[in-house]
Amino acid sequence: MSLPGRLRKAVTRRRLLAGSVVLVLVAGLVGWAVWPDTPGWKATDQRITVRTGPAGDQPVELDTRFYLPRDRSGRVPAVLLAHGFGGTKDSVASDAESLADRGYAVLTWTAQGFGRSGGQIHLDSPDYEVRDAQRLLDWLAARPEVRLDAPGDPRVGVVGGSYGGGLALLLAGQDPRVDAIVPSITWNDFTNVFLPQSAGTTATGVFKKGWAGLFFGNGAATGQSALGSTLGAGGDAGAGGGAGATDPACGRFAADVCQAYLQLATTGVPDAATSAVLRKSSPATVLDKIKAPTLLIQGEVDTLFPLSEADANARGIAANGTPVRVAWFTGGHDGGAGPKTDQDRVKYLTLQWLDHYVKGDGAAPANSFTYSRVAGFSALDRGLVTNGYSTDAYPGLTGTGSTQVAIAGPAQPIANPPNGNPGALSSLPGSGGRLSELLGGVAGDVPGQFATFDSTPVTGAIEVAGAPTVRLRAASPTGEATLFVKLYDVDQSGAETLSAGLVAPVRLTGLPADIGKASEVTVTLPAIVRRIDAGHTVRVVVAASDQAFLTPARPAVYTVQAGSAITLPTVVGTPIANPQTIWRYVLAGLVLAIVLGLAVVLLVRRRLRRRRHDEVIEEYADTPLVVRDLRKAYGDGFVAVEEISFTVERGQVVGLLGPNGAGKTTTLRVLMGLTMPSGGDALVFGHKLGPGAPVLSRIGALVEGPGFLPHLSGLDNLRSYWRATGRPEADAHFEEALEIAGLGDSIHRKTRKYSHGMRQRLAIAQAMLGLPELLVLDEPTDGLDPPQIAEMRRVLRRYATDGRAVLVSSHLLAEVEQTCTHAVVVNKGRIVASGPVDEIVGDSPSVLLDVSDVPAASKVLEGLGVRSVTPDGPSGLIVDMNGTPRAEVVASLVRAGVDVDRVVPRRRLEDAFLALVGDNSRGSGDR
Amino acid sequence: MSAVEERPAVRSRAAGGAVGWRAAATLPVWAEVKRQATRRRTQLALGFMVLLPVIILIAFEFGSNNSDNNDQNGGGAFGSLVDLATSGGLNFALFCLAVSAGFLLVVVVALFCGDPVASEASWGSLRYLLAIPVPRVRLLAVKLVVALAYSLLALLILTATGLLVGTLRYGWHPLGSTVAAAIPPGQGVLRLLAVVGYLAIILMVVAGLAFLLSTLTDAALGAVGGAVLLWILSSILDQITALGSIRVGLPTHYSDAWLGLLSTPPQVDDLVKGAIAAVCYATLFWSLAFWRFTRKDITS
Repeated sequence: MSLPGRLRKAVTRRRLLAGSVVLVLVAGLVGWAVWPDTPGWKATDQRITVRTGPAGDQPVELDTRFYLPRDRSGRVPAVLLAHGFGGTKDSVASDAESLADRGYAVLTWTAQGFGRSGGQIHLDSPDYEVRDAQRLLDWLAARPEVRLDAPGDPRVGVVGGSYGGGLALLLAGQDPRVDAIVPSITWNDFTNVFLPQSAGTTATGVFKKGWAGLFFGNGAATGQSALGSTLGAGGDAGAGGGAGATDPACGRFAADVCQAYLQLATTGVPDAATSAVLRKSSPATVLDKIKAPTLLIQGEVDTLFPLSEADANARGIAANGTPVRVAWFTGGHDGGAGPKTDQDRVKYLTLQWLDHYVKGDGAAPANSFTYSRVAGFSALDRGLVTNGYSTDAYPGLTGTGSTQVAIAGPAQPIANPPNGNPGALSSLPGSGGRLSELLGGVAGDVPGQFATFDSTPVTGAIEVAGAPTVRLRAASPTGEATLFVKLYDVDQSGAETLSAGLVAPVRLTGLPADIGKASEVTVTLPAIVRRIDAGHTVRVVVAASDQAFLTPARPAVYTVQAGSAITLPTVVGTPIANPQTIWRYVLAGLVLAIVLGLAVVLLVRRRLRRRRHDEVIEEYADTPLVVRDLRKAYGDGFVAVEEISFTVERGQVVGLLGPNGAGKTTTLRVLMGLTMPSGGDALVFGHKLGPGAPVLSRIGALVEGPGFLPHLSGLDNLRSYWRATGRPEADAHFEEALEIAGLGDSIHRKTRKYSHGMRQRLAIAQAMLGLPELLVLDEPTDGLDPPQIAEMRRVLRRYATDGRAVLVSSHLLAEVEQTCTHAVVVNKGRIVASGPVDEIVGDSPSVLLDVSDVPAASKVLEGLGVRSVTPDGPSGLIVDMNGTPRAEVVASLVRAGVDVDRVVPRRRLEDAFLALVGDNSRGSGDR
Repeated sequence: MSAVEERPAVRSRAAGGAVGWRAAATLPVWAEVKRQATRRRTQLALGFMVLLPVIILIAFEFGSNNSDNNDQNGGGAFGSLVDLATSGGLNFALFCLAVSAGFLLVVVVALFCGDPVASEASWGSLRYLLAIPVPRVRLLAVKLVVALAYSLLALLILTATGLLVGTLRYGWHPLGSTVAAAIPPGQGVLRLLAVVGYLAIILMVVAGLAFLLSTLTDAALGAVGGAVLLWILSSILDQITALGSIRVGLPTHYSDAWLGLLSTPPQVDDLVKGAIAAVCYATLFWSLAFWRFTRKDITS
């Protein structure tokens, strides 16, 4: 078939239609997926000038954006949304949009000293940034869209992270108009933040130089920053509004803040002015004035503002009787926004808080405390996966219980490196979000600079949530020591993990030179959330250096000795139901639906099947085969069988005779249930044939050549075939079949090595297995040698006795003549002749002559008055005698001097067949 | 009970079948199992499942001398599966599964499921089975069940051999991973079985696709190759992040989710989603296969 023909066949109208439907569906889905939404809010950029400063007389222009929900009825509550350090109003755009979608008027602005706003960075100073925010509250109160509690008092919540969170706390402490605040990952006291002291002494802490430098560098540049980026900051680089010419050492920092940093970074010990600056910018000073309900969200992976900062805020605010709720998530200044589940939880808590306390919707949020713990990595995006937990109340940093783990190790000398170099690495400030690295143990201690104190493997898992404590003794020749205490979780293979990269810096003074005389201090380690699994060991490391902190410049050798146990606070939380759990029900429902659907389909099929196959047409109940008006047209319009009807009675061997492509094989395929007829039907013992019709089991068939498993022997093939019938082995009559096959020992060879004739014989034997009542054979003598053909004819004739019947198809006339009792001649899908072979074969009026001189003979014959003379080959003539006796013809020819080699009387069947084949021996196509 | 057993026989006579023929008795599952078991490709595929862990083991033995410098550069959190492979039998078996999951198992499953119908068609034996008659639905169902059984067997043989060989060489140790605590051996076996189970579910998509193609073509190679090609295509599309959420619908999107079973507690959310996708695809493909096969003319 030519290629265009194939194409035409493939692209039928139905396929075209189905293809188009699929295409339209896919296009529709993709279109729907990428169609942009119309936002439910409208944003206006505006530059607002506020009067700020201690006296409220310094004009500063702020770059603001005001979001209003599109469909709002009446006045709506407002949210003041502050950005993180180094960010701008754009850093919080997505948060603002989602709040606006929830029906809040949202005001975002770039804090002074950043982005396009004017002014300088005063570190959330009550006189500057906080005053700016108060003026913005005034501005909100003047908006006609914003709901008011009283004239000049808008209904407003303040939300912000880090620098913005600090602002929220300080503003709530300074302005009673604030109705609720949600500060996240923020600080309580800058002194504790930048000079942390984990030991229970009054000595000044250790300067957190890594973060402080980053903070300062960021403010000076006001470009995009790690600090800002942890809070999703974008921000344009310092196109500073009113900053004017600045000191290159200070950038946009206000002079007092800049001076404080320079002083602190140089000495590591704050002077009075520095302390005052740090103090002034700390929410710790105003906690007692905060009356706005506060939701504190703090990150568990935060070496800048650890959990203890939120804890201090929570205690301070709760002391006023103000509602406070605390939530921890796996993220922070080191950990980033955290995994999706944590982000969703934090967002939910925030909205719930605002909805109740600002909008006035929904029940009062519970007082419960939620946190999350790393469960592992997501296999798909390599992100973290955390499990959320909740407890009824905030337990603080001491847990709801505690476990003592004994640790052991001798007093060990450790060296303080000059100028802190080389130093241990515990965290990478500003690397924002590369949490997996922190968990994977980027931590590295420098040999000679640390002492270890190990526990034995813990017997049961410990769910640590809070700040562990350990007792420590140290001796130093200089009388002072700066130490870093860390808690490692060490697994069976020895891999140690420093939870969230958190370390406890300790500065001890007044130490003896001899460890024996040293007194114990209690060191409170940073709060962590971690499950220490059974079999792991707890390792306490005391190191002399850490790259994130400022350590004494002069080298020294300390001696350290940890106490005999570490106290691990524990919290056993209730797992928060994971919304993803819904998919499990979906899966269960899906499987159930499929099972039910399958059951229904099977039941319906069974019923239909029974109805279809139980029908018997009594008239033909005893007739092996009745074919009635059979028609088969293919999808491409080709008609293989136009109309064929015939009957095979018991005891008959019927030959289906026709040239190649007459429709014989198609007819037989219908009889085997392989092809569905387009019209008419075939009945076997009164049962209609079709795919899987039970009555097929009474037919043995060979159609279109043998089909055997090439890797099995002939015998195994027959056995395998019979096993597939599911019938008892005794019914197979293997002996008879094997005898018919006559393969001898070859029956044990693999069929792939068989000759064509051997396969053919084996196929006939297979068709006869079980001695079926109707045997259907397609070209059975194909490939057999003459003695085998003769034997096969005998076998077939004998087979049809006993009330059985045989249908043989062939394109060879002699074959049918010699084998069959009845014949059906088909051509071009129609029956040309049918009846008993004897009747059809009987003498015909024509004769075949072989003569020496064809032209002469023709002339003589025409004189005799025969009906027609047709040349047949170089010396043959086919003569329609028209009643003239054969003897007379021969005599006339001989008299005329024509030699006659052969006189063969022809029979009707041959005539009929030749007439068909003669004008139609090619081009009938493969049927 | 006897009444129940009588009925089908009676019915088959009523429906005109030969004595002893019952639709439900044709092509017994065991006969199909034997039919496939005698084939060289079945034996080779299953044999390779035994051979692969041994080859990997030998490779590790060769490589153990010079592996000092390449253990820190494994990409991502799960690059460490290689490092952990020699830490015990469980990890070794897991490693064998991990390296096979992406391609080898896909090919093997496609082979077992894409070949049975198409190869019968190409031998010409399909028409004789259908003329027995084995009802078409039954023929497909038996072929499918046996193909799935062989696929599962291959998966189990691979795991069991990996476990056996690995345990003999590296000992019986907890199932380790760098992302979570080592899992004690007893529970580790369960996790390993869960991984096998999840892989089996994911591979149902391949099985479905190959089986569908098997009913559409007479060329066994076309069915097997087609299924593998489409699987690879899906994997490639899944790499293109620009496709966004469309990727979630790809059958290969969750094919690595079994890694979630290594953490404590196991993360099963992605597994569930992967299973949903796999069940949907497999059901679709199998339904199409049955729908098509019960309606088409067998032309082989």
